This record gives sequence, C-alpha cells and structure tokens, in this order.
Amino acid sequence: MITAPTIEYFALAPLLIIFGAAIIGVLVEAFAPRYLRRAIHVPLTLLSLVGAFALVILQTVRGVPTTPAAMGSVAVDGPTLFIWGTILVLSFVSILLINDEEQFVPSAAAVPGSAEEEKAISEGAAHTEVYPLALFAIGGMLLFPASNDLLIMFVALEVMSLPLYLLCGLARRRRLLSQEASVKYFLLGAFSSAFFLYGTALLYGFAGTVDLYGISRALATAGGTETLLLVGTAMLGVGLLFKIGAAPFQAWKPDVYQGAPTPITALMASGTLVAAFGAVLRVFWVALGNDSWNWQPIMWGVAALTMVVGSILAITQTDIKRMLAYSSIAHAGFLLVGVMAVGDKGQNALALSGLLFYLVTYGITTVGAFAVVTLVRDPGGEAWHLSRWAGLGKRSPKLAGLFAFFLLAFAGIPLTSGFFGKYAVFRSAVALGEGWLTGLVVLAVVASAAAAFFYVRVIVLMFFSDPSADGPTVVTPSWATSAVVGFSAFATVALGVFPQPVLDLAEKAAKSLFVQ
Amino acid sequence: MTTHYLVLSALLFAIGGIGVLVRRNAIVVFMCVELMLNACNLAFVTFARQNGNVDGQVIAFFVMIVAAAEVVIGLAIIVTIFRTRRSASVDDASLLKY
Repeated sequence: MITAPTIEYFALAPLLIIFGAAIIGVLVEAFAPRYLRRAIHVPLTLLSLVGAFALVILQTVRGVPTTPAAMGSVAVDGPTLFIWGTILVLSFVSILLINDEEQFVPSAAAVPGSAEEEKAISEGAAHTEVYPLALFAIGGMLLFPASNDLLIMFVALEVMSLPLYLLCGLARRRRLLSQEASVKYFLLGAFSSAFFLYGTALLYGFAGTVDLYGISRALATAGGTETLLLVGTAMLGVGLLFKIGAAPFQAWKPDVYQGAPTPITALMASGTLVAAFGAVLRVFWVALGNDSWNWQPIMWGVAALTMVVGSILAITQTDIKRMLAYSSIAHAGFLLVGVMAVGDKGQNALALSGLLFYLVTYGITTVGAFAVVTLVRDPGGEAWHLSRWAGLGKRSPKLAGLFAFFLLAFAGIPLTSGFFGKYAVFRSAVALGEGWLTGLVVLAVVASAAAAFFYVRVIVLMFFSDPSADGPTVVTPSWATSAVVGFSAFATVALGVFPQPVLDLAEKAAKSLFVQ
Repeated sequence: MTTHYLVLSALLFAIGGIGVLVRRNAIVVFMCVELMLNACNLAFVTFARQNGNVDGQVIAFFVMIVAAAEVVIGLAIIVTIFRTRRSASVDDASLLKY
C-alpha cells in the first residue's frame, strides 16, 4: 500500500498563490479579449504578490516551522521566510516598472523594422504574456532558496530561468541587442544548469539521496575525500555560481543586463540574485557544511576574482547598464565573503543575518537605480551611453541627485543602506578570526574603494560637466515609476540611518539557521 | 558492473560540453546541451541501480520534462533571432561586447 504524502499547505501557501496566479494569467491570455488583458493582469499580479507577502508575515507571526514541508523537500524556515519577504517586495516594485508598456515589444515574432512590426505597433498590440511569465519566474525565485533537496532545486532553477530567457528578448527598442541577450543568456544558462544537474547526479551517487541533509549525513560517515563528492561539489558550484554571476562565470551578466528590457533587468538584478544566494547558502551550508575545508579555498579564489573583475572592468564601461551589471558582479563577490564565514552556530547566525541584510539593501537600491535608467531617454530609446548622462544634474537635478544617491549606496558610503550591508557582512567574516578570511575582507574593502571610483565618476559627469544641446530628455515618470524610485530612495535612506529594525528582523530570521 | 555506464555518461557529458564550446550553430550548441542533460539521466539511472533505490529513476523523468520545456523556450528564441539575422551562428550575434 502506498501512503499519500503529507503536504503542509499553509507553509507552502505563498508559493501556491504565486503559481496559481501565474496559471490564471495564462488562462486570461487564452480566453480574455485583447483589450481587457492588461486590465486583468496588472491587478491580478500585484494582488497575488501582496497576498503572498501577507501570508509570509502571517507565518512569521505564528511561529516559524521547525521541520521541512512537503515530505522534506521544501524548507520553510526563518531564512526562507526572510528571503521570500525580500523577493516579494522586490518583485512588487519590479512589476510596477514592468507595467510600463513602452518597454516591451508589440509583437516578438515580427522581424525588427518589418512592415509586420509597424502594423503591430499601429494596432497597439502588446505582449501581456509578460505578466504570467514574470509570475512564473518569481515563483521559481521563491522555490529556489527554499528547496531542501537538489531535485526541487533544479526544477526551481529552471522555472525561474526559462521565463527570464524569454523576457530578456522582449525589449521594444534595440531589438537586435535584446534578442542577442536572450540567446546568450539561454545558451549559457542551459549549459550551466547541465553542470548543476551532473553535480547533482554525482552527489546522488555519493550519498544515495539528493536530500540536502541526507548528503550532510553521508559526509559524516564517509569523510570528505571521495572523488564523486569532490567532482560533484565542483559541478554543483559551477551551476550555482553562474546564477549569481561570480567570476569566472560572469560573462553573461553585462550582456544580458544591457540587452534585456530595463524593468526585467531590475527584476533579475534584484530578485534572481537574492534567490540564487539563498540557494548557494543552503547547498554549501546545509549539504556541504561539514566539508567546508574542501570548498572554502576555491570559494576564496572565486570571491577574490569576482570582486576584482567586477570593480576593475566596471571602470572601463561606457554604458550605464553594463556598468551597473559589473557593479552587481562586484557585489556578488562581497556577498561570497559572508558565505565563507562559517563556524559554530553563533558564527553562522551572525554571517547569515549579515548576508540577509545585505541582500535586502542591495536589491532595493538596484531596483531604484534601474528605475532611474528607464526615465532618461534618447529618441531611439533609453540613453545608455555614459556620455549622454553628462550634465544631467543641471537639466534635472532631482533625478540626477537620486541616481547619485543610489550610486553612493552601491559604493557603501555611510548614511546609505549599502554601508550597513557591507559592514554587517564584513563584520561576520572578521569575527571568524581566521587570517585567510580577514585578508579577503581587506581585499574586499580595497575593491570597494576601487568601485567607488567609477560611481563617483558618473556623479562627477552628471553634475560637473555641461549638458550638450541635444542631450537626452527626462520623461515625466508614470505614477508607478515615481513610486518605485521614491520607495527605493526612502528605503535606502531609512536603512542607512536607522537600520536596526531590519537588522533585528534579519537576526531573528537567521537565529534558527536553516532547518535540517 | 555499473562502472561502464558511468564512464559512458561522463563521455557523453564531455562530448556535449566540448560541442557547446566549439560548435557555431546555435541549434547544434543547443543539441549538445541536451546531450549533456541526457548524460546526467544516464548517470542518475546508473546510480539508482548502484544505490538500490529508485530516486534516480524518478529524477530522470523530471529531467526529461524540464528538458522538453527548455526545448520549447530555446527553439523559440533561436528561431526569432534566425528570422532577424537570417543566420543561427552564435558568432554573428556579437553586438554586445566587453
């Protein structure tokens, strides 16, 4: 007789709401008349995100479960709930940006510049599929850091990535770049997930299970030198490090961030990074935590390379979106410092709370910065080239001031949220008291200083050079975009001046660590 | 004697991996990725036999479904860029650089 599995519906409710809304969105695409679709999609998408967020709050209030849900395959624990809350907030603001129909192609199948495309534009066609696709991606982002076995993690990885591959190719302007970004992201992403899967297969061969805690138990009996384990860990690491954009797997990031529609870039740069770091933490801490002496040296090299590559290549960029992409690579390097700071339980909680706080601050600032990028436009689309941003501070001081503020937050200047994020992560790494990690923190601080150079360069360009006569126009933002920019700026200030409530929340979420 | 199957799976994975790196046509590159996924399936099924549980066989089914979904997305993207550029060569798509 087969006993039916028990499913903790309440614990999984945020996931179910998002996936349910995504499926309803697909049905709307199939059955609702074209003129009604947007009017249904926007409230449906936003309400499902709000509903899922409310359920996350409710679960936090009612007490965090201490055992994994769904027969041990999805772990809804303190860190997961914190990450879910973060992703849902970031997705909500990103969806407000996606709401701008000027950003998306009227008909993706029409060849750019063809009569067919012009017809689609004049008919006012639109790809409202963007909303359900984004919801599926968000659902994958929620499942990815919560998955407690490698199979669920692989499925979540694909559910998160596949819609993003498509969304990248839907930019309304500069469609060749957008399609190229989509192809590159797809081929490299599929390549890296094959590595993830082969790593999973090898770890399954090693441990006889894909359950994260099961792998940890097998490690305790077998020791950490088995070939299957080592090769499997390395391949799993390739797949995961690709998703966070760590060097030497960072090549896709600038291309994809530049080519994708800017609201989608905002969603990827914030939500995907948070989700991927949650998954990295879970794999390396829960499954391979007892094997840390094997992966820490490699991770050390990856982290050092990532921050150096990110900070130095960003200096050479002439495109604002590529520059932000390299900045995101450098930030991934800083975050990896915290991933290595494992020790006893108290040390792990300290490192985890620092990472969670960093992810919140970085995600919010990123969405704000990309929201500003959507507003500065040339006749042919957004003004990406840095030279076009010269003198923006004189033409529209408010917008340039906000952007400068976001850049300072990326650089980690005190009184911005970025400072406390960096401080929290680096503090936990120093607290471990190991020379090799403290050395890496020193390198990270030097890299942050180098990174501050190119942020300040943009600020100087905006405020201390004269605007050209045919400079870009700053469009009047829609209420949604203003709300996003306002919220991000407010959160960046608030978390920079008064970070304690969110730090406390992160600490409380991290205290119980990941369930096993 | 499951070792042979594991060696075969590693070989298939390596052929796929090398194919992704050296082939130019996006469709062929994509086929090589699929070959890598199938190498993973072979490894899963072999390890299931070796470990004496069926987890690996079940995982192989999941991988097939995911691979099918990936084909849909991948071909859509590749066909779109082919229609624009009249070429599926990954070397031609080189506007985004450095």
